[in-house]
Amino acid sequence: MSTTPSATSLSRPSDASPTARVLRDVLRSRELAVAVVLVLLIAVTTAKSSSFLFGSTGWRDLLLTPSMLVLLAVGQTAVIITRNVDLSVGSTMGLTAYLTGRLFIDQPGLPIIVVVLAGIAMGAALGVINGVLVAWGRVPALVITLGTMYIYRGAFLTWAGSDRINAGDMPRAFRDLGTDSILGIPVLTIVALVVLALVGYYLRTARGGRELYAIGSDPDAAGLYGLSVNRRIMFAFVLSGALAGLAGVVSAARFGTVSSTVGSGIELEAVGAAVIGGVAIFGGSGTVWGAALGAFLLVTINRSLPVLGISDFWQQAVVGLLIVGAIVLDRVLVNRQERALIAAREHGPDAGPPVPATSGSAGSDSQEVVR
Amino acid sequence: MSTLTQTPDSGAREQRSYPSYSRPFWQRVVLSREFAVIALLIAAIVYSRSEVDYFDGPQTMYYLFRDSASILLLALPMTAIIITGEIDLSVASTVGLTSVAFGMLHADAGLSIGLAALVAVLIGAVCGAFNGFLVAYVGLPSIAVTIGTLALYRGIAAGLLGTESRTDFPESWTDLAKERIVEDQPYPMILIPFLVLAIAFGLLLHFSSFGRGIYEIGLNDEAARFTGVDVARTKAVLFVLAGAVAGFVGIYTTLVTGVARAENSVGLELQVIAAVLLGGVSIFGGRGALPGVIAGVLLIGVIQRAMLLNGETVNIINIVIGSLLVLSVMSTSLLALAHRAVAASKGARSSGRTSDSAGKRSLS
Repeated sequence: MSTTPSATSLSRPSDASPTARVLRDVLRSRELAVAVVLVLLIAVTTAKSSSFLFGSTGWRDLLLTPSMLVLLAVGQTAVIITRNVDLSVGSTMGLTAYLTGRLFIDQPGLPIIVVVLAGIAMGAALGVINGVLVAWGRVPALVITLGTMYIYRGAFLTWAGSDRINAGDMPRAFRDLGTDSILGIPVLTIVALVVLALVGYYLRTARGGRELYAIGSDPDAAGLYGLSVNRRIMFAFVLSGALAGLAGVVSAARFGTVSSTVGSGIELEAVGAAVIGGVAIFGGSGTVWGAALGAFLLVTINRSLPVLGISDFWQQAVVGLLIVGAIVLDRVLVNRQERALIAAREHGPDAGPPVPATSGSAGSDSQEVVR
Repeated sequence: MSTLTQTPDSGAREQRSYPSYSRPFWQRVVLSREFAVIALLIAAIVYSRSEVDYFDGPQTMYYLFRDSASILLLALPMTAIIITGEIDLSVASTVGLTSVAFGMLHADAGLSIGLAALVAVLIGAVCGAFNGFLVAYVGLPSIAVTIGTLALYRGIAAGLLGTESRTDFPESWTDLAKERIVEDQPYPMILIPFLVLAIAFGLLLHFSSFGRGIYEIGLNDEAARFTGVDVARTKAVLFVLAGAVAGFVGIYTTLVTGVARAENSVGLELQVIAAVLLGGVSIFGGRGALPGVIAGVLLIGVIQRAMLLNGETVNIINIVIGSLLVLSVMSTSLLALAHRAVAASKGARSSGRTSDSAGKRSLS
């Protein structure tokens, strides 16, 4: 883990074998660090009480509970990568959860898949509103989504009134989705993992995904280069909205009830999960894998604290410490890499071509941009 | 003397080089965001007084001020922080933490109430100093740092007190928090510390070199550094002030509700930020003024109160406030678009083209 190999691999093509390169990337990645913390947490908690992992509901809850936050964190990652943020996901989630219940009550004959799609479509529509306002209004996403957070939450509560949708209002088959599992893995977790894999593949490989990173690294440069910045930012918000919509449906299936508190405050958890997972808040770097691991970590901490004998009232404090720790760690790593890049430029091993000037920009810290 | 030496000729030259200052002073005032917010506030008050039942009543203004007091107070340091281009999402959590600390120091540790209040304000300042250290000296993005401390401070408050609460405060103090300055007048006591702080922050922001530095940092922090502004120290001081004010609000909230608990003021940070932005402060930094912000807070307060009196639910009110926030920030970019169109048409006229076609061109 010395600084020299990273310097050489950045200034000229690596002569290491592909396997070795992949291995080294993984070993150096932020995702692995979060994963190690997660595994340690699970191990320690299980050592304290074996039912945490091996109990009949332990294994299921471990996988099932984070599925909603994973969906939100994946969408949030796509938005944050473009140097924006989406604070309205919690309200969107509440709206679609209520829509799900409402559709089952008002249209009893509707197939489940149609209801799920309706939830996703509604989330996407709300994402379109955010996207249009942010991309074409030239207004920071923080302000716009703060506004739409109020608006969507107000719309949800006005629509729902004092209504509360109960388990009996939703068909048995739909609620079973919340408890069923395939090969020991809960269905809802599989849904979240499939979404994670699709979005992760898209961001890593597809042209559109790479452009999101380019836009987040330097929006002006991306525009000058000819990327359709507005359309891509719009896409990120629609994705985030659609996934928040899906999360709303998932929450209805998981809990069997919809109350007025669905999704309140979860937007900051989603941003927190992404930040813990190494997604830089100023765009251009990070992966959905990291964000998903961050989401798993947040939810698992919540469940393991009482087992470890710590009152779960402390959970939020631990989460806060984790977020602060993660961004401090990020800064340390960035500084180290910057020094390595400068060293490679000043007195590189073969005085190779200087490192491109991107090294000074906000996004350069990430392996994503340089890779 | 100095006015005499300014020949009309030099004035004209300046007008050409600084187009934004080409308007007379009164026009600049009338066209400013602050003026628009204040005008909107007056319109809302006039409308509510004539159209909304009971808005005219003796209690309305009292509750309006009392309910807006926390936001009014927190908005003062938040304005300065946002003008530097940073943000503090943790203020409401600091309110919760200092409320819990205040209650526990008084009820559990047996500190005299005055000393407990003093320590609570200090705890708030320490919370702010932690934010300020990470943002200003470590150089971390304030939005990420304060999302972390938002959870951290609230989490410590919840960890300390759980769902319990502390309620036994001396009546002389809780009464003081609810009292009016003058009997039968709708001005609660909290307005006195608010006015003192507002004047202090106003002087700091608009009439001191420290304040000029705040604007410079927001416009371009690197340039500010070169002109001798201590960027890190300025930001750190502002975060400490925000924490200390949050500590004071924690005590006020505790006394006025009579309850110290961890959930005090949950979500208030977003209301504070919404009010500050509504008041004309640019989220990009470098722009905004306290009179506009105070009008922004009161505007939200008036709308809330008038709609409540009209029998609307809190949900509808949230929709209205959210829309107002979105519209107000969109208006800036729409105005900018219009300005560009006007500027383009003027430029086109001087270079011989018709203004009409150029205006269309720049809009497309």
